[in-house]
Amino acid sequence: MAKGDPGAATRSKRAAPRTRRAAATGEPELVQLLTPEGERIETALGPDGTEYRVDFTDDEYRGLYRDLVLVRKLDAEATALQRQGELGLWASLLGQEAAQVGSGRALRAQDMAFPTYREHGVLYCRGIDPIMPLGLFRGVDQGGWDPNEFKFNMYTIVIGAQTLHATGYAMGVAMDGKTGGEDGEAVIAYFGDGATSQGDVNEAFVWASVFNAPLVFFCQNNQYAISEPLERQTRVPLYRRAGGFGFPGVRVDGNDVLASYAVTRHALDTARNGQGPSLIEAYTYRMGAHTTSDDPTRYRIASEVEAWQAKDPIARMKAFLLKQQIVDESFFAEVDEQARTESVHLRERVLNMPDPQPVSMFDHVYPHGSAELDEQRARFSQYMESFEGSAH
Amino acid sequence: MATETLTLGKALNTGLRRALENDPKVVIMGEDVGKLGGVFRITDGLQKDFGDQRVIDTPLAESGIIGTAVGLAIRGFRPVCEIQFDGFVYPAYDQIVSQVAKMHYRSQGKVRIPMVIRIPYGGGIGAVEHHSESPEAYFAHTAGLKVVTCANPQDAYVMIQQAIASDDPIVFLEPKRRYWEKGPVDLDAPLADAYPLHSARVARPGTDATVLAYGPMVRTALDAATAAAEDGRELEVIDLRTLSPLDLTAAYESVKRTGRCVVVHEAPGNLGLGSEVAARITEECFYSLESPVLRVTGFDIPYPAARVEEEYLPDLDRVLDAVDRTFGW
Ligand SMILES: Cc1ncc(C[n+]2csc(CCOP(=O)(O)OP(=O)(O)O)c2C)c(N)n1
Repeated sequence: MAKGDPGAATRSKRAAPRTRRAAATGEPELVQLLTPEGERIETALGPDGTEYRVDFTDDEYRGLYRDLVLVRKLDAEATALQRQGELGLWASLLGQEAAQVGSGRALRAQDMAFPTYREHGVLYCRGIDPIMPLGLFRGVDQGGWDPNEFKFNMYTIVIGAQTLHATGYAMGVAMDGKTGGEDGEAVIAYFGDGATSQGDVNEAFVWASVFNAPLVFFCQNNQYAISEPLERQTRVPLYRRAGGFGFPGVRVDGNDVLASYAVTRHALDTARNGQGPSLIEAYTYRMGAHTTSDDPTRYRIASEVEAWQAKDPIARMKAFLLKQQIVDESFFAEVDEQARTESVHLRERVLNMPDPQPVSMFDHVYPHGSAELDEQRARFSQYMESFEGSAH
Repeated sequence: MATETLTLGKALNTGLRRALENDPKVVIMGEDVGKLGGVFRITDGLQKDFGDQRVIDTPLAESGIIGTAVGLAIRGFRPVCEIQFDGFVYPAYDQIVSQVAKMHYRSQGKVRIPMVIRIPYGGGIGAVEHHSESPEAYFAHTAGLKVVTCANPQDAYVMIQQAIASDDPIVFLEPKRRYWEKGPVDLDAPLADAYPLHSARVARPGTDATVLAYGPMVRTALDAATAAAEDGRELEVIDLRTLSPLDLTAAYESVKRTGRCVVVHEAPGNLGLGSEVAARITEECFYSLESPVLRVTGFDIPYPAARVEEEYLPDLDRVLDAVDRTFGW
């Protein structure tokens, strides 16, 4: 992994001009380590000359593939559950698996993540039971995991708000003296391309920069904010915004799990070493609807979706594993079977998720309760009991 | 025939269309209002017919939507801003309460901000957090803003046009769970003859007790009145329609006749609209009251998870229960 040394950066830029990479991908300045055809690229260069590479064992490659497939399958199961009326809503990550698994696996145990409502893949990588976000979308709770235990904050629905939380948390990490070495802590904030228009996100950029917060801004540019295409949010490639705020930005092929990993790992290490924030733009595509209540046929064309289909993150990993003879066909069957079993299991557990007791809505408003609320709760219980035995 | 049966959502869409037709300075702006027609399709088809200079898909930034609309208004336009959901108005809150509300006052009347801020609000649709809130009290508390809400398709059609034609900045609250309810709409009656915007209206006459409601709760109050009538109790239901300024003339008149009053809203009770209404009615009708003014409201908790929202939201039973209590005093 390259160091953030500016001298080294200039040297490597000369060694391999980025125009060559641009020609290879058709996307300017896109860091890529695995082509859509499954070809490995040994080293890729970032816009500042940083060299990105990965050095995985065969087992680790297999593990990444397994993650991608599992995450996609669980997501598909949740979409199906929504269609069958078991979830009120679902925000699918279909197409964004590589960006999420790559960045999620790049996190070290001590790192903290601040997600949006779509980071099911990162959540999975943090070791959280995939049933957790389903409670929120089923309407039985508002996201029930312990952010501190899993180092993965609650989902954030209000666009961009979490980027400021991440910044403050990262400032706290620095204030606690937890940066400056390999075992330092880093923080990652997830958000979408649409979110970059929000004041909060721009304020987060300012704060992170001037306080040199150990933070990685991870933008999954999936090309749309509900119906609005990227052009409605920006006239410049998003990663280039970072420069104006005073920290580095890089665009990575978000459908390439290896590059997503390498770029994130580097940015996190830079942050944990005390070198401040950076912005990663994971260039990807939302293959499905924005959420299950959206109708993408109103605003996008099939050929665009097909073009992105050809860049599928799982297919290219599969092609790579086969080409390199890291696995044989039986491996894929085994992974598929595992994914199927886990999704069936998930489904069963969702169907058995009980509705909360109505009176529980009064819980946790204040850490130590309030007399006023206790009274409301008591009156409410009494009122509910008055219906006992009736048809209510 | 001028009268058609429309959903409340379609009535709003038709009202917006009329406003765009009648005044070239009207512009609609918001997230996804263009091709998608808004997440509730309230602006459906408008960009297609009026172009993307009149129906503007904005960047995803609420403060930006309202702040730029202020500039457009100063420039002579009449912006109609859509905030996608109630819980997303807060990023724009500063612009609304610190800027929009005060421009006219600060400029001694020289600057007008004829802006409408449309917000689908309230619960009952099984949504996730931030999609079911009732923020009316925040805005009603801010002098310089006007706050109105419609409860049926006819009002939706007329009130949105009146709001757009008004020179005041208006927070226009749309009861999202009533978007799909149908009713007759007189499409041809001239706006000049329409019932005035900032006035309450009797939605159902009655003699025994007065129920005051607005927005999504008007339907609930009417249902309660129907149920009460079966038990021989005639409830008068008043649709407040305007929350700031509050028009309580019909309410005073009614309570002086009935002697009993129940105020219903979804928002939490603590410092909600109901508190103000109850206080004023107590002041104005004290000698006619047979019992205290009661409130039926949401609880003082963050809007809960969807699977318990039926218990959170005031329903017919809770309204009737309150009515019973006013009689039991
Ligand atoms: C402050 C705010 N405004 C509006 C919304 C409604 N909304 C939910 S998701 C979304 C689009 C988000 O786009 P993007 O940031 O690109 O993330 P994506 O969902 O595409 O991953 C919008 C407008 C919201 N949740 N929060």
